[in-house]
Amino acid sequence: MEIVLALAIGTLVASGVWLVLRPRTFQVIVGLCLLSYGVNLFIFSMGRLRVAAPPILPKGETIDPSLYTDPIPQALVLTAIVISFATTALFLVVLLAAQGFTGTDHIDGKERDQ
Amino acid sequence: MATETLLLLLLVLPFVGGLVVAMMRRSARRAVVAVAACVMAASAMLLLVFWPQLSDGGVVHDHHAWLPRQGINLTLRLDGLAFIFGLMVTGIGFLVVIYARYYLSSKESMPRFFSLLLLFAGAMNGMLLSGNIITLVIFWEMTSIVSFLLIGFWRTNGAARDGARMALTVTGTGGLCLLGSMLMVGYVADSYDLEKVLAAGPQLREHPLYLPALILFLIGCFTKSAQFPFHFWLPNAMSAPTPVSAYLHSATMVKMGVFLLIRFSPVFGGTAEWFNIVAGIGLLTLILGAVVALFRHDLKGLLAYSTISHLGLITALIGIGSPAAIVAAIFHVMNHALFKASLFMAAGIVDHETGTRDIRKLSGLARAMPVTATLAAISCAAMAGVPLLNGFLSKEMFFAETSEWHRGTLFDDSMPYLAVVGSAFSVAYSLRFLISVFFGTPSQDLPKAPHEPTPWMRRPAGILAILCLVVGIFPALTVGPALAVAARSVLGELPEYSLAIWHGINVPLIMSVIAIAVGIAIYGLFHRSITLGPEGPPVLWRVRGARAYDAVMVAGTWRFPRRMMRMLGTPHLQPQLRLLMLLGAGAAAWAVWGTERIWLGPPESAVDPIFAIMWLVGGGCAIAAAWKAKYHRFTALVFLGGAGIITCISFVWLSAPDLAVTQLLVEIVTTVLLLLGLRWLPRRRQEVPGEHHFKAKLRRRVDLVVAVICGAGVALLSYVVMTTPSGNVASDWFLQHAYSEGGGTNVVNVILVDFRGFDTFGEMAVLAIVGLTVFALLRRFRPAIESNELTAQQRIQNAYDDAADGRERGDTVRDYLMVPSVIMHWMFPVVILLAAELFFRGHDLPGGGFAAGVALAIAFLLQYLAADVTWVEDRLRILPVRWIGTGLLVSAFVGMGSWLFGYPFMTAHSQYVHVPLVGEVPAATALLFDLGVFLLVVGAVVLMQIAIAHQSLRWSRARDKAAGGSE
Repeated sequence: MEIVLALAIGTLVASGVWLVLRPRTFQVIVGLCLLSYGVNLFIFSMGRLRVAAPPILPKGETIDPSLYTDPIPQALVLTAIVISFATTALFLVVLLAAQGFTGTDHIDGKERDQ
Repeated sequence: MATETLLLLLLVLPFVGGLVVAMMRRSARRAVVAVAACVMAASAMLLLVFWPQLSDGGVVHDHHAWLPRQGINLTLRLDGLAFIFGLMVTGIGFLVVIYARYYLSSKESMPRFFSLLLLFAGAMNGMLLSGNIITLVIFWEMTSIVSFLLIGFWRTNGAARDGARMALTVTGTGGLCLLGSMLMVGYVADSYDLEKVLAAGPQLREHPLYLPALILFLIGCFTKSAQFPFHFWLPNAMSAPTPVSAYLHSATMVKMGVFLLIRFSPVFGGTAEWFNIVAGIGLLTLILGAVVALFRHDLKGLLAYSTISHLGLITALIGIGSPAAIVAAIFHVMNHALFKASLFMAAGIVDHETGTRDIRKLSGLARAMPVTATLAAISCAAMAGVPLLNGFLSKEMFFAETSEWHRGTLFDDSMPYLAVVGSAFSVAYSLRFLISVFFGTPSQDLPKAPHEPTPWMRRPAGILAILCLVVGIFPALTVGPALAVAARSVLGELPEYSLAIWHGINVPLIMSVIAIAVGIAIYGLFHRSITLGPEGPPVLWRVRGARAYDAVMVAGTWRFPRRMMRMLGTPHLQPQLRLLMLLGAGAAAWAVWGTERIWLGPPESAVDPIFAIMWLVGGGCAIAAAWKAKYHRFTALVFLGGAGIITCISFVWLSAPDLAVTQLLVEIVTTVLLLLGLRWLPRRRQEVPGEHHFKAKLRRRVDLVVAVICGAGVALLSYVVMTTPSGNVASDWFLQHAYSEGGGTNVVNVILVDFRGFDTFGEMAVLAIVGLTVFALLRRFRPAIESNELTAQQRIQNAYDDAADGRERGDTVRDYLMVPSVIMHWMFPVVILLAAELFFRGHDLPGGGFAAGVALAIAFLLQYLAADVTWVEDRLRILPVRWIGTGLLVSAFVGMGSWLFGYPFMTAHSQYVHVPLVGEVPAATALLFDLGVFLLVVGAVVLMQIAIAHQSLRWSRARDKAAGGSE
């Protein structure tokens, strides 16, 4: 399982980075989304993988932590999902506004001189 | 009431008053002035309440913990020295308020002026009362900021803005130096408490940090008290309204530097460095200020340099440092505040009633304004040091000190002569101020016909002038006791001094006589040539401190940064991002380089073939999205969604249902928002010019390598971590305490809304800011012209509608997706129910405020999909900005609620409540907090939707209008 997820993270990050380095705003925004998937999974993987472990505690019993998933990376990723959503939305609007002002979708606001 | 509480009241009162005044209406001029005057007067009364305690040599303390672990507390401490300064701040403040009421014209904003004035008084009181040297610096800087706002009160005036900026830069820099010094002093004394610091003098003077701490301290004091070479900001600050000059730049703020010098003279003083630097700079400033003042043609400019000169005199006294010199310094601070504030007011009256402050134009005003002239004459005499006035007494003491104190150096021996020279010029410029303006033939061509001001405008100046006289004639009766208390609070015990007017014929008296005689001679011989000459003494007028300051500022904030930008910067984003990625990869590689664990491969769990196939698809989607994003945006968006769904399923697979729910909901909103945005992007030409150039190809190759390096690195890192056994103690703690202390069984949710509630609060703020920013950006949005036309689909539909019989334009759109749109309309309540379910179960089962909020937002999103924008906007009953605000407030108040029960911010309380029909509901305060999250998320997401979706409506309207106009 670990090798599959590691490769998946690697693929997401590589695609994301490549797109983030592209000159068109839409490419960058898609790249940021991919990058955020990769990074979220990466943070999540720091808690080790557990298949079919209960995420919910029983009420009022003594708890053996080794039986449950690691909640801290999950809480961090939940925050990260929210923030990456906010960033994407903001970037989308900046993209639209910038394009309205400059008339181009190049990230520098003007086409590159060759 | 306990006196300690009164001390806190004294500190808080001006700030509260300032806030109250700031919120009053502009038209309520009388009320504004009344509040301001009452606050000043009440503060002065409050101070007087402490007199009985202080007169016995006592010190009043009040302690409030603020950052106890760092040793930074709100310690209030009132002693005799602070008492005298505080009385000047509040007393003169009261007079200035009355004066300003008549000085400001009806067009000016009274609330703004008086609230700033009160805030300034508050900051001054805070500085004087601080018993902790760090809070002292904070209040010190606060006065710099308020002073900036007050100097620039006439914000349309360029000179006022420049003067304000210069004052802020100089005094603010000084404040930073002071902070540095105080940190060093605190380090040596091992405490930031003023009492301990004052007791640590011997320690500090032995310490190697003494000299750096002393120099930084002196820079702080000298910048604030306008000592050479930092004096130039004060004349430039004269573009402030005159009440501000009278208050800040003569009586109070500029005295802070000397206040601190007096306060710390037991700590820093008594060394050769202290004597040479402080007395040297003081005497130099005394002479320089007096000489320049004589040559200024602007009334306020003359007074500004005179202030510099008198501050130099006080600094010199503190530098001399003998007990009697300290007494003289404190005495002169009081005297100077009285006569200089009165003179500034007189200058303001002259300016106000004649329309000019140019000494060359003014003449013979005594005939038109006899009362003002009399007041000015008294104050001028005090400034010149004429007998029977207060200025004479302290100047005598100064002369006595310069002639008596001897260290035997050349500088020391020349001191009395220098003092006489400075005083002679002081007499000369006082004469120039008085005689040139008020005597001689009345001037004719003034902008306004001069006349006496309204009585209440000159009364404050009159009170101050009378005080000059009273203090000058009965010093021991009037200021004697207060001076003694102040001196004792600094020195510990009282030195031998006498406040009598007549000491017999002695050295100081002879020096005074010489100074007055020489001053009269200078004025008589040179006043004509001064009037005709340039604004400044011969030769020296070309040297301007302000010009040097400007040169430094231009070089430092304009030329140098621009050169660095040219050398190191790039206007292109791509190279910057590439560098960022490489740095990130490099930093990670550096961190793990050489650790052996990176190559250890403990056994991993068996690969589930379905999981592997799933990620084959997911990875494929990611690569395809990267491949297609340039020319086929919609395709790329679909692939992006595919990668997102696979991520989502992975979360479910790996026991993280909360993440899966949230990811899925966010995925939906993101995709729809991006879809809405696609409409406004330019049509992509099939071929971007220059795409096959060698440089472009090379760039892509390099980027590909960078991307592969980053991806491989992250993959390797995560693989190594995942195959390393975990030993996470922090998570175990959360698991064990989630139910017993957080009252919830969903640990992730409990962490977010309870254990780490403050982080979540910050996150909410981010979301709110993004929502508002999106809204603000799109309000002024103008899409590119090429997207401002009907889309191909709309044209085809319209053509079809036009061609077919019995159809009107828009029928096709209306019938489009008929069945799904009905379903979507009917789904609205169902989705709301789902959101409620997600919200209530959040504490115990996967869900929570965030997921519920996004779900409710999706309910609105569906309506946008089902019908057109007009339909939705007609029926939208939600005010997103209010939801955002309410959400933030609810969460903040829930967090603050724990204060009521004596717990720290955001301590949660939990229990279960039985609700009929619904059953057991966790009623933790965390649930209320989550309610805030829910409200905010709904507001922010719906706001973004409205902002983006509304664009199409706006443009179709604009288009219709354009089409209607052309037909």
